[in-house]
Amino acid sequence: MRYQSFLIKYAEIGTKGKNRYLFEDALIRQIRIALKRAEGDFLVSKESGRIYVQAVSDYDYDEVIAALKKVFGIAWICPVVQLEQKDFETVKRALVEYVGEVYPDRHFTFKVECRRADKTYPIHSEDMNRELGAEILTAYPETSVDVHSPDVRLHVEVRKGVNIFSLMIPGPGGMPVGTNGKAMLLLSGGIDSPVAGYMIAKRGVKIDAVYFHAPPYTSERAKQKVIDLAKIVARYSGPIPLHIVNFTDIQLYIYEKCPHEELTIIMRRYMMKIAETIAASNDAKALITGESIGQVASQTVQSLATTNEVCTMPVFRPLIAFDKQEIVDIAEKIGTFETSILPYEDCCTIFVAKHPVIRPNRNHIRKSEQNLREKIDDMVSTAIEQAEVVWCEAE
Amino acid sequence: MEAYFDNSATTKVFDCVKEIVVRTMTEDYGNPASKHRKGMEAEQYIRQARSQIAKTLRAQEREILFTSGGSESNNMALIGMALANERAGKHIISTAIEHASVYRPLEYLERAGFEVTFLSVDHDGHIDLAKLEAAIRPDTILVSTMYVNNEIGAVEPVEEIARIVHAKNPKTIYHVDAIQAYGKFVIRPERQGIDLLSVSGHKIHGPKGTGFLYIRRGVKIRPLIYGGGQQWDLRAGTENVPGVAGLGEAAREMYTNHGEKVRQLTELKDYLSDRLLELEDVALNSRKGEAGAPQIVSASFGGVRAEVLLHALEEKGIYVSSGSACSSNHPGVSGTLKGIGVAQRYLDATIRFSFGLFNTKEEIDYCMDALKELLPVLRRYRR
Repeated sequence: MRYQSFLIKYAEIGTKGKNRYLFEDALIRQIRIALKRAEGDFLVSKESGRIYVQAVSDYDYDEVIAALKKVFGIAWICPVVQLEQKDFETVKRALVEYVGEVYPDRHFTFKVECRRADKTYPIHSEDMNRELGAEILTAYPETSVDVHSPDVRLHVEVRKGVNIFSLMIPGPGGMPVGTNGKAMLLLSGGIDSPVAGYMIAKRGVKIDAVYFHAPPYTSERAKQKVIDLAKIVARYSGPIPLHIVNFTDIQLYIYEKCPHEELTIIMRRYMMKIAETIAASNDAKALITGESIGQVASQTVQSLATTNEVCTMPVFRPLIAFDKQEIVDIAEKIGTFETSILPYEDCCTIFVAKHPVIRPNRNHIRKSEQNLREKIDDMVSTAIEQAEVVWCEAE
Repeated sequence: MEAYFDNSATTKVFDCVKEIVVRTMTEDYGNPASKHRKGMEAEQYIRQARSQIAKTLRAQEREILFTSGGSESNNMALIGMALANERAGKHIISTAIEHASVYRPLEYLERAGFEVTFLSVDHDGHIDLAKLEAAIRPDTILVSTMYVNNEIGAVEPVEEIARIVHAKNPKTIYHVDAIQAYGKFVIRPERQGIDLLSVSGHKIHGPKGTGFLYIRRGVKIRPLIYGGGQQWDLRAGTENVPGVAGLGEAAREMYTNHGEKVRQLTELKDYLSDRLLELEDVALNSRKGEAGAPQIVSASFGGVRAEVLLHALEEKGIYVSSGSACSSNHPGVSGTLKGIGVAQRYLDATIRFSFGLFNTKEEIDYCMDALKELLPVLRRYRR
């Protein structure tokens, strides 16, 4: 079947009252960006409260569906057959042909649902429903009508032309990126943080990311891996500016001055502080981490409380109650898993003590940090000033 | 300054190689199998390369089979030979320090019903010849050893191995993985008693994706790739003309003034080996002079993780490898280092420096300065 256009249905945007146009415009913008990655030319337009994607050149159906399935805010994608001739005989013929082609197995129940946006059309909706239904029953006697819960709803809409559609392909849901502000993702090379970024982006939040690089303890390949991960998340969230912070000196300084079993927790506190500062200067209003309760020593409730206290921004932890396998399932679905499991060390694994504290006492940690007084503020500001920004766009 | 000391991983090509590769890609780009003149011109490059290589080994042209590189040559030698001769016996002997491209095909053959004996090595990386002799049985069809070990540069006594193998069982075939040896040693397969010899092009300043297998005439071997009948039906597929031409040129260049080239590499090796001993807590796993391959220095730096040192050197433009580059991506420690009994504290702390003909003494001095600066810092922060 040759579909010339796609009707995009959205869910939550419909509830946004007077701001509705903002959400619709953002969705249109995101659809346009997503379709740039598909071959062909498309017009994306808003028409009486609906969004249409119209193909104006040859295109690859599967590629377009795959692209649209990554646009947050889309609830359903409906492939549409368009008729230019509106006369009722043509409509009847086309609908019978459509059903014949799209539903080769005829054992189903259906209902015809006509809508006339063009009120000058000579036949009323109810009459159209009845007559078209009868036409299908005659052509395919194995089918039957069920007006309450049909297997298939055949939509016929009379507008400038006539649109026929019935298939509904689920979109990713959520809200269009750019409608809910911006947040800063702490991105490591692991499995969790890309998933966390994906989940927050799904709620319409634009993403910036920060990565802590510790050469020579971490390699260029580890850095490239994080860039690759950001590019995968960017397929959903749109382009991600990735701030790469050189963390080596700070890490070594902490190593030198603080008890080794507290290294990870103190290191994480400084990562959060640095991320927050970079967030603030880039207009991001929150931080995002991939933490999940109890996954590692630095993610016990006590540890989370200890790292949390250094920030004033809200910290979004969408995976907080997820099991590892649940996170892995999402990582596989969004395509980050294969990259995440490449075996390069990230800076969290380099100086891990044999027995890190799992119930850190905040007062102890603060006291240990006193040992860093002399240089740490300068080191932090140098690290922030020298951060490199890599623009990560979907490939 | 940039110092590329990872020539056992791969090398930069000679200028003469680059030229012939470009020419066969842009001007003489025909298919050697085509009947017209363009095809014949391309065929000339194949013939010339074959003749250049045969000369370096004092072998016949018919004995040189072009492959996609060292790994394919090893696979072809082991699997191709074993499958062609399984009725004569199903026993194979190799060593505990082989490269993955020997070790993995042998594992495959084990699953296919062959029996493989792996001989251990002493602290120099040499197999025990008495044990070898004892291991050879009437049904032993194949013995496979390295010529030069890729991690520590140990040189196996291939001539003696060949003598023992052929004396004990005249039907046994001897395969030598010469990927780190070709170009650095004068190799005469016929005189040395080598039946199969694997070589890679990109270790001798030739192109990647090239190599050959020397197959002594009379040795039965089964193809791995079937198709259009190229190379006497032993390896189908249109010949990689640019690669083969480049390989021939690299081989010719490598064996021109060969003694001088080997001296040049050995000098670099010995110079670095001596200078490394200026540093604290360093142990050499490679041997100076003729006791080891001319291009490889393996050194363990106590209290430093090899990968961290590698990346620290990289920041200064110095490129080395930890263990063997081909397998360094897999976590875990080297089989060779374990095999020669390197102390536990050094296993994870070993760096390989490998030289090529473009390296200089100045680069080594630069590297030494870098090491003197980096090691104390890296040793301060350990896990």
